[in-house]
Amino acid sequence: MRRALTEPPLVRGALLAVALVFLAIFLVMPLVAVFAQALEKGFGAYLTALREPDAWAAIRLTLLTAAITVPLNLVFGLAASWAIAKFEFPGKGTLLTLIDLPFAVSPVISGMIFVLLFGRQGLLGPFLGAHDVKVIFAFPGIVLATVFVTFPFVARELIPVMQALGNEEEEAARVLGAGGWQIFFRVTLPNVKWGVLYGVILCNARAMGEFGAVSVVSGHIRGLTNTIPLHVEILYNEYNFQAAFAVASLLAFLALVTLVVKSLIEWRARSVASREEHVREAA
Amino acid sequence: MNIEVRGVTKKFGRFTAVDDVSLTVPAGELVALLGPSGSGKTSLLRIIAGLEAPDAGAVLFEGEDQARRDVRHRRVGFVFQHYALFRHMTVFENVAFGLRVRPRGSRPPGVEIRAKVMDLLKLVQLDWLADRRPSELSGGQRQRVALARALAVEPKVLLLDEPFGSLDARIRQELRRWLRRLHDDIRLTSVFVTHDQEEALDVADRVVVMNHGRIEQVGAPDEVFEHPATPFVMTFLGQSATFAGRVQGGKAFLGPLAVDFPGHPHEEARPAAGYTRPHEMEVGRAENGGGGLWATLRHLSPAGAVVKLELADAEGRSFQAEVNREQHETLRARVGERLYVRPRKLRIFVEPR
Repeated sequence: MRRALTEPPLVRGALLAVALVFLAIFLVMPLVAVFAQALEKGFGAYLTALREPDAWAAIRLTLLTAAITVPLNLVFGLAASWAIAKFEFPGKGTLLTLIDLPFAVSPVISGMIFVLLFGRQGLLGPFLGAHDVKVIFAFPGIVLATVFVTFPFVARELIPVMQALGNEEEEAARVLGAGGWQIFFRVTLPNVKWGVLYGVILCNARAMGEFGAVSVVSGHIRGLTNTIPLHVEILYNEYNFQAAFAVASLLAFLALVTLVVKSLIEWRARSVASREEHVREAA
Repeated sequence: MNIEVRGVTKKFGRFTAVDDVSLTVPAGELVALLGPSGSGKTSLLRIIAGLEAPDAGAVLFEGEDQARRDVRHRRVGFVFQHYALFRHMTVFENVAFGLRVRPRGSRPPGVEIRAKVMDLLKLVQLDWLADRRPSELSGGQRQRVALARALAVEPKVLLLDEPFGSLDARIRQELRRWLRRLHDDIRLTSVFVTHDQEEALDVADRVVVMNHGRIEQVGAPDEVFEHPATPFVMTFLGQSATFAGRVQGGKAFLGPLAVDFPGHPHEEARPAAGYTRPHEMEVGRAENGGGGLWATLRHLSPAGAVVKLELADAEGRSFQAEVNREQHETLRARVGERLYVRPRKLRIFVEPR
């Protein structure tokens, strides 16, 4: 939507300048600084820092955590948004609030919850100890904390989309003889696929970048329970700035990719919408 | 295949949408469920389809109870009010959907599906749009795609929810003539829901007038129009002038009107009302024969095949009358003039006790 501007050029220029300076100081400069620091000692040193066994272990752990977390939250998000958008049931408001819980709680608290539940002194600690299952300070704990912190992303993205779509297409499919899975895969999923993709991307970015909750449950064991963000912190605390920024650049790169994909999706959604509008106007 | 609805009741919370409704739709007929919004017509249609389960009563197809048959297996074609086309599929794939989702054993081969879908698209005159998306079609085209999609599964009954509701007036007229012709060709038992009385009277073989979840009257279009069973049917189907009053001793006293009413010979008075359609009034300047009332002409719209007169009786209550062009030419009524209006046909309903 384009509106006629009424403000004098001076005001316009000042507003624009403020916004740009702000953007430069808080977004562009840090991003540039990360890559500059990472490549400070040349590309060779950059690669060496990434190839270092502990760094490599952190990368693998992060990827593995995301690989488990994202599908889980995808399934949960689809189920929750489907239930909330398509059915009326008691407790719907409560469920909606609960989905938002991870957004409302500090990640550190989220981590603490899992320590309280699964830690040695925790609620399930004796039981887990007796069966020799290690959750806290181990891989399962990291996955649990990450799942908890990232579970609203897909659901939150899909609920409004599904609500806007309504039930009619599913009903039409049912009358035409389609079964539940057929309806889901042939009608519902194709209609929400961009929302799903968007949610997955945000969920993934958070899963890989989560620090607080994971920090509490991981125990910071080098080469074993350090994810990328934790590893960056350790390197930084050891004054190994170049290596810290080299590893951090991976996360920065992930952020850039996320932004690009996100804008692609939005651009596509907009172009589809505007095309439909054109057709409607023509008709 | 005929449809029988037996004593069906449906409640949503405290609201009774359908209240003990029984109805038979004979095989091959095109029936309209007509009523204002909230009259339960759409609920009834959805119950027939199996999209809603009735709280009481039964739906029978050809004498067979459908209660335990899921909507998937009822073989009904349903056309939704807003078409509910699959927006991510082409027109072709929309129509093919019902065939593609069949279990492997009964699914026709691809070539057969293709031929069948193209046949249907020809039937609805849209074969040239097979590769378009629903978003690229006009409302009328979408409606026809929805119809082709519903027919693809070879339904035994066709159900349409406000099929012309979201179209503009001209396309609506065209499409309903077209639907009537299509029905004459394929003779599929069909039920459609509408709130537009003109549409129902124009298209349907039989009209079911509904109000407050109950059926007020079932009949052929001219029957319900000319012989309404209740005041509601009278007022809902077209315009009418109402004269409220009482009946007593074989006479009806309805405001300014006093006419014979042998239907109530008792001395005890009962509240009643008389209804007349605008075209059933004689308008003149003399009381020849009586049985009418004096009224003042307030407004006159002379454009069109009929001339509409807005009149007010002695107490200022306004009502409408219509005269044809020739009558208008001879009468030459002027606004402000007092005219004598005599209802040629007065339908009197005594209030039930």
